[in-house]
Amino acid sequence: MTYKILIVDDSKLARMSVAKALTSLRPDWTRLEAANADEALILIEQSPIDIALLDFNMPGRDGLELAAELLAGSPGMPVAVISANHQSEIVARAREVGAIFLTKPITEQALGEFIDEAVGKLEGAAK
Amino acid sequence: MTEPSPSILDDLELDALTELVNIGVSRAATSLRELVGEQVHLSVPNVSLVDRAEAIAILHGRDEDKLVAVHQVFEGDITGRALLIFPETKSLELVRAVTGGDLSLEDIIELEQEALAETGNIILNGCLSTIANMLKRSLKMSLPEVLRGQAPDFFSLAPPPHPGDVVMLLYINFDVRQRDISGYIAMLMDMPSLAALKLLLREFIERETGVKAE
Repeated sequence: MTYKILIVDDSKLARMSVAKALTSLRPDWTRLEAANADEALILIEQSPIDIALLDFNMPGRDGLELAAELLAGSPGMPVAVISANHQSEIVARAREVGAIFLTKPITEQALGEFIDEAVGKLEGAAK
Repeated sequence: MTEPSPSILDDLELDALTELVNIGVSRAATSLRELVGEQVHLSVPNVSLVDRAEAIAILHGRDEDKLVAVHQVFEGDITGRALLIFPETKSLELVRAVTGGDLSLEDIIELEQEALAETGNIILNGCLSTIANMLKRSLKMSLPEVLRGQAPDFFSLAPPPHPGDVVMLLYINFDVRQRDISGYIAMLMDMPSLAALKLLLREFIERETGVKAE
């Protein structure tokens, strides 16, 4: 089963870096990229996604606000918020909205673990 | 093989540098949280590369003329100086935000120098050490020093700067205990350091994306 994953980060470099890791982990998945929350929402309207990877620190709405919005529309969607800012308040807010917190810079291993968990969740829900 | 033009960073290199600084500032926010005991918000820095005159003009354009800076020299493949700069009138407010509300004015004034140096050190080290680590280089950093003066003073510290020096300037906003204090982080480098930084950024981009720069 292949899934469609959305990467939202205002840094092109960061998106390219996540894309590289994803290509090696799940080469057959479809990737969508957006530079901010507004772009992300427009993309999703055109083509629904299965999994989202969101940078926390973005101009406009931050990754937690976007995560809350995505999860309000699609409860149960695997969503990760990524930040180098791991203050407990931010990690707790991620948990409150139902997202996973991942530390930036993200390693291929951490991304792989999130992806495996996400697949488990999506397959469990499909049964 | 052609030497890259040392004067400017291309869009992706500037993006990479901004991302490194963002990660550094985010880490600094996490460390400051430990010091403050409350959530610290450091906003998304906007990085621009300017010359000294432009940097001075930008600092003159806002706030008052009297400024405070925490200054650290860094040395390694990239050599230069880093400054955390904000208006002098905000200095005590920043100290109050960092130390909490219970201290008397006398205590705050007594602690001012030390608290400024410590806060500046956390923020500047957060940025510089992240840049160094992610570019796989080591940088030696001097102890923080608190300076007071006007913008031109900070950009003409001895040894005298070269005309071609560049300043990486970023706006930073602290939000601690309902106090909103904004300032700038400036990194002053000479041309050889900028050229070295450009090469290191290219290597970093290649490692991160698997795409070789043309």
